[in-house]
Amino acid sequence: MPPSAVLFPERGGKLAALGSLRAPSRHNGYVAPTDVLTVTLRVKRFNPEVDRKPHWQEFTVEDMTPGDRVLDALHQVKWFEDGTLAFRRSCAHGVCGSDAMVVNGENALACQVLLGDAGTDITVEAIRGLPVVKDLVVDMAPFFAQYRSVLPWLLTPTDDPGYGERRQSPEDRERFDDTTKCILCAACTTSCPVFWTNGSYVGPAAIVQAHRFIFDSRDAGTSERLDVLGDRTGVWRCRTAFNCTNACPRGIKVTQAIQEVKRVILADRA
Amino acid sequence: MSTGVSTDAPVHVASRTTRGRRPRQNFETWSWFFMRISGLVLVFLALVHFALTHIVNDVVETDAVFVADRWENPLWRLFDWTLLALALLHGLNGLRWSIDDYVRSPARRAWVKAGVYTLSGVLFAYGTFTIVTFA
Repeated sequence: MPPSAVLFPERGGKLAALGSLRAPSRHNGYVAPTDVLTVTLRVKRFNPEVDRKPHWQEFTVEDMTPGDRVLDALHQVKWFEDGTLAFRRSCAHGVCGSDAMVVNGENALACQVLLGDAGTDITVEAIRGLPVVKDLVVDMAPFFAQYRSVLPWLLTPTDDPGYGERRQSPEDRERFDDTTKCILCAACTTSCPVFWTNGSYVGPAAIVQAHRFIFDSRDAGTSERLDVLGDRTGVWRCRTAFNCTNACPRGIKVTQAIQEVKRVILADRA
Repeated sequence: MSTGVSTDAPVHVASRTTRGRRPRQNFETWSWFFMRISGLVLVFLALVHFALTHIVNDVVETDAVFVADRWENPLWRLFDWTLLALALLHGLNGLRWSIDDYVRSPARRAWVKAGVYTLSGVLFAYGTFTIVTFA
């Protein structure tokens, strides 16, 4: 997509007309990969130096294709329309977890949502439950504090393997495979209705990270982690709303992991 | 085995093998477990109650005489008391969770909880009194 042809060439020009005629729909109609789309982006803006509260701003992005991502549309706005638009992204390919945001009301990575799926009228806002720094950028410090609270590293017995390996059977590795996929994007935690109202809840992401070590046969820190997770701000705050499972861009069964930690605590014997 | 690197950092001792520690369950654990079990039992109790008072018997005939006939059998009194106790406790515990989440000021939370607990206690006492003394 040549950047020069992208933004606001002439309103109602040939490309814009094509785009509006061929607007994709999630529910009906086939969208050809070569279709040209005009996308209306409604972005929730907030600049703490100027604004008292957030407001919506609309951008029209032309000459997009169904295979472009929401992130591509945001890039077009930031690079060619309004450089003050703030959002995070790093790898832009669903690995780093930087660009979690609320797209059309659902938590997602902007780099994973195709315009062909999201449609041509798209709303984008910052993930909820964390303080907004600017526009789509939130302060992740509370999220990472909760992540650190579950000691997300291997706690080993005193037997130092030296330069050797800590071996593990494929079956033991498989037990916690699902929760190794977490990229700490915060999509799960900021989709959780309990977290929205009660920020002291440790949150799905931290529990997923704890699960990854609790069910690791090489780890010996279960007791310390359960001290954190068994607290009233731990796993018991979970109401199995399943928002976290729906939100996870890596397809981790987050709610199941939380329930498994609950069962470990319930079955714990001295 | 020395790696030539300072190892002043504290070594975490394997807790799984630590003897004499207490189990992890606390009040919140059992409160969660109670919700799972009472929820299952309540489905059964509520459906039976609903079927008897609305389907098997016409609801317009569900009056004091109907209740008196039914409570001739103490097992039905036990059934209704169990339904009352579990429904109240299940609802009360759910409210307690929600109050903890939504009422963020400690003082206000204490007042709201005191009110909810008192109301639940009164309802439970009144219901129990009715079931036991109804003649």
